[in-house]
Amino acid sequence: MNSYAVRTEALGRRFGDTDALRDLDLEVAPGTVLGLLGHNGAGKTTAVRILTTLLAPTSGRALVAGRDVATEPGAVRERIAVAGQEASLDERLTGRENLMLLGRLQKLPKRAAVSRCDELLERFGLTDAADRLLGTYSGGMRRRLDLAACLMVRRPVVFLDEPTTGLDPAARADMWGAIADLVTDGAALILTTQYLEEADRLADRIVVLSGGRTVAEGTPAELKRRVGDRRVHLTLDAFEEAARRLSRLEPEVDVRTRSLSVPAPGGPDDLRSMLDALDDLDVEEASLAQPTLDDAFFALTTA
Amino acid sequence: MIATLNEVRLLSGRSLRHIPRIPEKVFGTLLMPLVFVLLFAYVFGSAIDVPGGGDYHEYLVSGIFAQAMIGTIPGIAVGVASDIRSGLMDRLRALPISRGSVVAGRTVAELVELIAGTLVTVACGLIVGWAPHGSVLETLGAFGLLIVMAFAVTWAGVWLGLMVRDPDGADGIAMSIIFPMMFLSGIFVPVGGLPDGLRQIAEWNPVTALATACRDLFGSPTGIVPDVWPLQHPILASLAWAAALLAIFVPLSVRRYRSLGY
Repeated sequence: MNSYAVRTEALGRRFGDTDALRDLDLEVAPGTVLGLLGHNGAGKTTAVRILTTLLAPTSGRALVAGRDVATEPGAVRERIAVAGQEASLDERLTGRENLMLLGRLQKLPKRAAVSRCDELLERFGLTDAADRLLGTYSGGMRRRLDLAACLMVRRPVVFLDEPTTGLDPAARADMWGAIADLVTDGAALILTTQYLEEADRLADRIVVLSGGRTVAEGTPAELKRRVGDRRVHLTLDAFEEAARRLSRLEPEVDVRTRSLSVPAPGGPDDLRSMLDALDDLDVEEASLAQPTLDDAFFALTTA
Repeated sequence: MIATLNEVRLLSGRSLRHIPRIPEKVFGTLLMPLVFVLLFAYVFGSAIDVPGGGDYHEYLVSGIFAQAMIGTIPGIAVGVASDIRSGLMDRLRALPISRGSVVAGRTVAELVELIAGTLVTVACGLIVGWAPHGSVLETLGAFGLLIVMAFAVTWAGVWLGLMVRDPDGADGIAMSIIFPMMFLSGIFVPVGGLPDGLRQIAEWNPVTALATACRDLFGSPTGIVPDVWPLQHPILASLAWAAALLAIFVPLSVRRYRSLGY
């Protein structure tokens, strides 16, 4: 059992009459990334709070770095690093002061803390902002500092709770780079996210949660196969005629919005051939989209 | 133990760094005592006589010292609630540090801030004509008593912040507790003139006992002291109040902190 960085058995948490988390079984090997994927309220944060000793489970058990979170919380805390959902640092300290505080609280000697702090500020592109108050940081800078704060002291298990929620695409791409670097250090990483694309990019395995339950798990490739492929969305008045012409492709029709959604494994080529086939029908809108998390949930929960 | 002390030092240092960065906090700490001394000494004080004789300014300054002690409640409650709200409290709770040091760091910082405020009051007091007339030991005793009481009161603030969790809510509740405590007391006016009912509350108000103890120790006029136990034995009563506050709020706060997510 100790060969896992994180292992849970039927882990659950009830609040009153609701199961925030139910029968969660996880196995995370050292040096790998587990993505916990789900909407708000799916149980992701509850799982992370239990695994980081902030919340007691009401059923099942969880071992983190071989220690039981319920009976040895102190030992667990010595082996984990956590970045919370909002950049949970002190607004009224500078970036550097925040890192120093967390490093020194974790018993880094002063000199070691100073050099680690400089190294991480550099690595996350925050050297210029190091002596500004956190309150003046942009969303992306905050999250990068948050990540840096997790790394002040190296721990075998790292938890990142929605590290990119609310970031713009450029800042998100930045974070992805930083998170990928982190795994090369050999730590096990548990990452929660609402974005399928993010879990796909970063995780070795994904557990999909919905309403506190595990609805699917597997490698990103396995899950994507089950979710299905890209789809073309078309809007036009003659949607019924269009559905007839494309019936071979098994379109889904939405009468209310006069639109159809058609699987498009071939991407842009499929889009082009569909538009060619509907050339005389006056198509108002046509778009090609990756499966969204909603598509994924739909596919995974109804499969 | 040494590790815990070091954690408390780091965490109180963190809170103290906030002070110059929050202008309203500087105002609260350093200017409020000045405003209260001047307001009561020259505006309201001109209409107040100390029964039994003596200088009202001398009477007042001990009251201002005592007032500052309960004045720490809103600041500390808001600070604790903000840390919970921002997620920083969770981050600290997931660190391998002693359970009490996060809260203790707050209280120590608040005490340091309070001592700075008290020094301002001392300076204002000296300007308006107050001076300690007791022995050196009595004078030090008065300040010691104030600090003991302040330490006890900060724990009530910690508990309030942990319970309410919302900074604005914590501020509102703290204010509605300390205002009656301030004005239904012998801080600004002798309690003997209050109507029945209110007078008894004021007589048993811990702040009245503390202000009276300071007046005794500084050798300031005390007015006519009502014949009730806490005001006949104000030093003992103040210490008893401090002990009671600590006995109640330290265990409550520690338990609440431990069970924050439970």
